[in-house]
Amino acid sequence: MRTRSETVRLEGHAKQAIETGRNRLILAGCLIGLAFVAVSARVVELSALRNHSEPALSASSVDTTLTVGRADIVDRNGLLVATSLRTPSLYADPKEVLDAEDAAFRLATALPDINPAETAAKLASDRRFVWLKRNLTPREQQQINSLGIPGLHFFDEWKRVYPQGSLTAHVVGFTDIDDRGISGVERSFDDVLRGGREPLRLALDLRVQHIVRQELAQQIATFEAIGGAGVIVDVNTGETIAMVSLPDFDSNVAGQMDPDALFNRATLGVYEMGSTFKIFNTAMALEAGTATMRSGYDATNPIKISRFTISDYHAKRRWLSVPEIFKYSSNIGSVKMAIDVGTEGQRAFMAKLGMLRETALELPELGRPMVPNPWRPINTMTIAFGHGLSVSPMHLAAGVAAMVNGGIRRPLTILETDTPSPGERIISERTSHDMRRLMRLVVDDGTGRKADAEGYIVGGKTGTAEKVGGRGGYRRKALMSSFVAAFPMQKPRYVVLVMVDEPKGTKESHGYATGGWVAAPAISRIIARSAPLLGVAPVDPEAPEIRRDLMIEVPVEGGKRLASF
Amino acid sequence: MSAIARTDTSIFGRWWWTVDRWTLGALFLLVLIGALLILAASPPVAERIGLNAYHFVQRQFVIMPVAVALMIGVSLLSPLQIRRVSVLGFAATLVLLVIVPLAGNEIKGATRWVSIAGFTMQPSEFAKPFFAVVSAWMFAEWRRNDGFPGHVIAIGLYLMTVALLLSQPDLGMTVVVSAIWFGQFFLAGLPMILVGGFIVAGIFGLIGSYFLFPHVASRIDRFLDPSAGDSYQVNRSLEAFMNGGLIGTGPGEGTVKAYLPDAHADFIFAVAGEEFGGLACLVIIALYAFVVLRGYARLLSEQSLFVLLAGTGLLTQFALQALVHMASSVHLMPAKGMTLPFISYGGSSLLALGLGMGMALALTRKRFGGEDLP
Repeated sequence: MRTRSETVRLEGHAKQAIETGRNRLILAGCLIGLAFVAVSARVVELSALRNHSEPALSASSVDTTLTVGRADIVDRNGLLVATSLRTPSLYADPKEVLDAEDAAFRLATALPDINPAETAAKLASDRRFVWLKRNLTPREQQQINSLGIPGLHFFDEWKRVYPQGSLTAHVVGFTDIDDRGISGVERSFDDVLRGGREPLRLALDLRVQHIVRQELAQQIATFEAIGGAGVIVDVNTGETIAMVSLPDFDSNVAGQMDPDALFNRATLGVYEMGSTFKIFNTAMALEAGTATMRSGYDATNPIKISRFTISDYHAKRRWLSVPEIFKYSSNIGSVKMAIDVGTEGQRAFMAKLGMLRETALELPELGRPMVPNPWRPINTMTIAFGHGLSVSPMHLAAGVAAMVNGGIRRPLTILETDTPSPGERIISERTSHDMRRLMRLVVDDGTGRKADAEGYIVGGKTGTAEKVGGRGGYRRKALMSSFVAAFPMQKPRYVVLVMVDEPKGTKESHGYATGGWVAAPAISRIIARSAPLLGVAPVDPEAPEIRRDLMIEVPVEGGKRLASF
Repeated sequence: MSAIARTDTSIFGRWWWTVDRWTLGALFLLVLIGALLILAASPPVAERIGLNAYHFVQRQFVIMPVAVALMIGVSLLSPLQIRRVSVLGFAATLVLLVIVPLAGNEIKGATRWVSIAGFTMQPSEFAKPFFAVVSAWMFAEWRRNDGFPGHVIAIGLYLMTVALLLSQPDLGMTVVVSAIWFGQFFLAGLPMILVGGFIVAGIFGLIGSYFLFPHVASRIDRFLDPSAGDSYQVNRSLEAFMNGGLIGTGPGEGTVKAYLPDAHADFIFAVAGEEFGGLACLVIIALYAFVVLRGYARLLSEQSLFVLLAGTGLLTQFALQALVHMASSVHLMPAKGMTLPFISYGGSSLLALGLGMGMALALTRKRFGGEDLP
């Protein structure tokens, strides 16, 4: 039991507590009241004081990423390769459409290419949003507006436009209707292009690209080939100056192209390159020291190994010096050079050259080399003359660049660069100099004479590979004829590669469809036309310092020496 | 109106003459407005998710009379009965809250729903009113009874409830519960130094949740910098008010409901703003303010600290829920999905509100004698 005084005290407590509570309740009430006033004020501000004469819905429903559009793509000289245009797209809210049949019929008068029946079905559906046509012209938009059909609306979208059409198709790629990069640079630089405002500058020179495409197309037409690839690479920076794969497509309408046209032979296709690989084989042997410019091998008899016979196309049936092996493209001599270096040495050299993995090119379409596994002595022998290891044409171009530029391998790039990668030394300056002399020899006096371009000191190597048939084994009639060149050989600046897929011999070529007949003439014309644009001045090939630089003494068996180029 | 005689001493007769009929009227008006807005806002939402157009309308119209009946039924109780019901109810909801993470259904990244006998319900909605009453009792006992550690018990109950809510996670509900509880503690005479301390703790709690819960962080980022991310819903909501103007586009003429996924629940105020206009929104705000402030005013003359605290807690919960919903949709605060009391779609929410406001009505009834409860 509580005493009376306790009860009073407690009651006093309670009184005081309730008094505090009341006072603080008034404060809480004020705060709540203020909050209600704030919300009311905001409602009044939004509904009465904002300018709402224009419905804000359609204008601001544009996605923020769409308000900027993709960045442009330009070539190394700033010429436009890809850009974005803002165009209206037509959609409908079928619920607002009064008479679907009539609306579709009238719409067809403004847009003759839409199907009225299909459109009527779309307009009669019970969805709230259907696309009718994307990316209209201003004239079409005007005509549709003047039809005054209720329920039709426009939505501004960006449309990707490629002013160069097919010229840059395989490099630039294309985007889908929602402006996402699907292939080529559009895909590999999708993030950069989406967010960027600065144009993306490619290493490509559109003028040179055009020359390469034109000359390649002419060879394909002349020799009734199924396709081809043409590439120019700057040997000192790794920049891709031109890259063509035929057949190609128009980036503006890429969606409807057949897969063969979309296939990039220059980067995605991997092929056995044939004799052009003798460049690497020779450099490897010279660098290893197992062969010298004065040594040689007996190429009298074909090599027989298990069920294969390796023989020469231009058989001399005698001892050949190293320069002769290169000049006459002797398979027998090349195989013997490779055997002396050994399987491990060859494999290491190819790995160092980057022939065993994808190129560094910034494109999504990169072919992975087909590498023999295990790498047996028989592979060593076939790789010596370019069979048994499949690489893309870009691999070949990059490898040759490292052979002629003083021996430095640099990663390829599709973008213009002021600061080329320092690269990695593959062969010595001296070996590189020997290779330049050997490659010049081929054009001056060997299988590649048709590749020469007056004054530009072209050097190179032919390649004619039989394509692998569907059931294994090689198809004699299906060739991959190529020529890889560099110029000017006294101080190389560019590597040029032309490859023609399945050419057929003509009367003019006496039925031949080899690299020397099919690809070499294109090399000559490409260099003659593009060297002035690339700032390479012609020189006198008979000038003494050039003769001295590129002269080769061809040793003959028995110690007698012949001077030759 | 006066079909009930002053001398009628039946339970209902006494109720009629003591209950706050003005508040009751305002609540009825809100329910009617809610019916109208559900008819306007929910059919497009239902169609979009592939349901019958009147799916939400039908469900809401079934629950509405039940909620109103519940409210009136509860308001017939005496404060003492309210307290007893709440203690039992609170214990039951705590059990359910423990069960939810184990047996609940996950919806949109949170587990808040539990199925009982074929009905899905959200226990956290019911925890709110019961918690308010129970903690009010504890605070009142603490002040009335020197030796009784009511405030300690209240702190314990609070921590337990909050822990359960955060495990779902239901941050919105946690904030509301915290605000109510703190308000009651404040009213019950928390020393001013500690008031400051709790405010600081609350701020730290919010900052902590910013770092702990990624979805909270992204919402706050988007509120502070609308370009930082997808503020699609808020933008649509603001456009709705602008499109509507003062008098609105007219019932059914709005477009925002076609774009907002939760137009019938978390953004129903925007639908009201677009179709019925800013003036109608002001009427809705006024109704809420009227109910809350009139309730506060009636509690001022209350003699019982328990009734004062419980009533304030219930009314503040009602006010906060309305304010958070409305402030979110006019972008005065980061978007927080909260139902607009008696207007938004949501069965658990509606029933819990009927319960809570029924208790508030019961507590604000005129009681003669002014004696404190035992």
